[in-house]
Amino acid sequence: MLPTDPDVDLEIPAQRRELHWSTLAAVSAGGVLGALARYGIGHAWPTPAGGFPWATFLINVTGCLLIGALLVLVTDVFTTHHLLRPFLGVGVLGGYTTFSTYSVEIRNLIVAGAPGTAALYLLVTLAAALAAVFAGMTAARFVAWLVAT
Amino acid sequence: MTLLFVALGAAVGAPARYLTDRTIQRLHRGHFPFGTLTVNIVGSFILGLATGGTSTTTGVYALVGTGFCGALTTYSTFGYETVRLLEQGAPRRAVGYAALSIAAGLGAAAAGVAIGLDVWH
Repeated sequence: MLPTDPDVDLEIPAQRRELHWSTLAAVSAGGVLGALARYGIGHAWPTPAGGFPWATFLINVTGCLLIGALLVLVTDVFTTHHLLRPFLGVGVLGGYTTFSTYSVEIRNLIVAGAPGTAALYLLVTLAAALAAVFAGMTAARFVAWLVAT
Repeated sequence: MTLLFVALGAAVGAPARYLTDRTIQRLHRGHFPFGTLTVNIVGSFILGLATGGTSTTTGVYALVGTGFCGALTTYSTFGYETVRLLEQGAPRRAVGYAALSIAAGLGAAAAGVAIGLDVWH
């Protein structure tokens, strides 16, 4: 059964019991790696004022593709180490993707006099992110089917 | 030096999301992702404060904004939860969750920038 909240879902008994220093350390270490990757992409691909924030768009959509695949693989396909989901899902992908930058960028585009770009960025990110999660889950379910047969 | 600030902020921000999510789920059982909603709104507000209060080239921004807020908030978890709500046959809850996250995140970011500009300039 896939969780609703991929970070931690207290409906799942094993996740209710996983609160240890090792879990927090895995989340923290993963978060550092994800954030540094995000910083690197943003640094290499800066967004001009009033322009479409391609770097954040790319980061959030690729992060969504990966979390969709990851959650199906660690829940339904492979028996993995108990720290893998906190490290990769909560840490790396959570640190890599960002909702706060998305919000502030939409605000900045509106204030910079580009409300059309703001609305486009808002909607295209959401649509591409949801499609990416779905694509990641579908690809992983296909792998699960191959493994099972 | 900037890399170190980003890393330090993220080292705190990622476990802060995990712990906040757990705490809110314990208070509020059910299938609506209140934990992620909370961190995304709070993180958008704090990044707004940093954006209004300082330049994006400062160490404070790298630590608090890029590092801490970036790791505290998450688009991957938000996207995954929205798709799971759709898969579970709760399309209205999915639409409500996405709309509330974006509207409240944007409002919090705008309020944060306004306060940041007012307090530090």
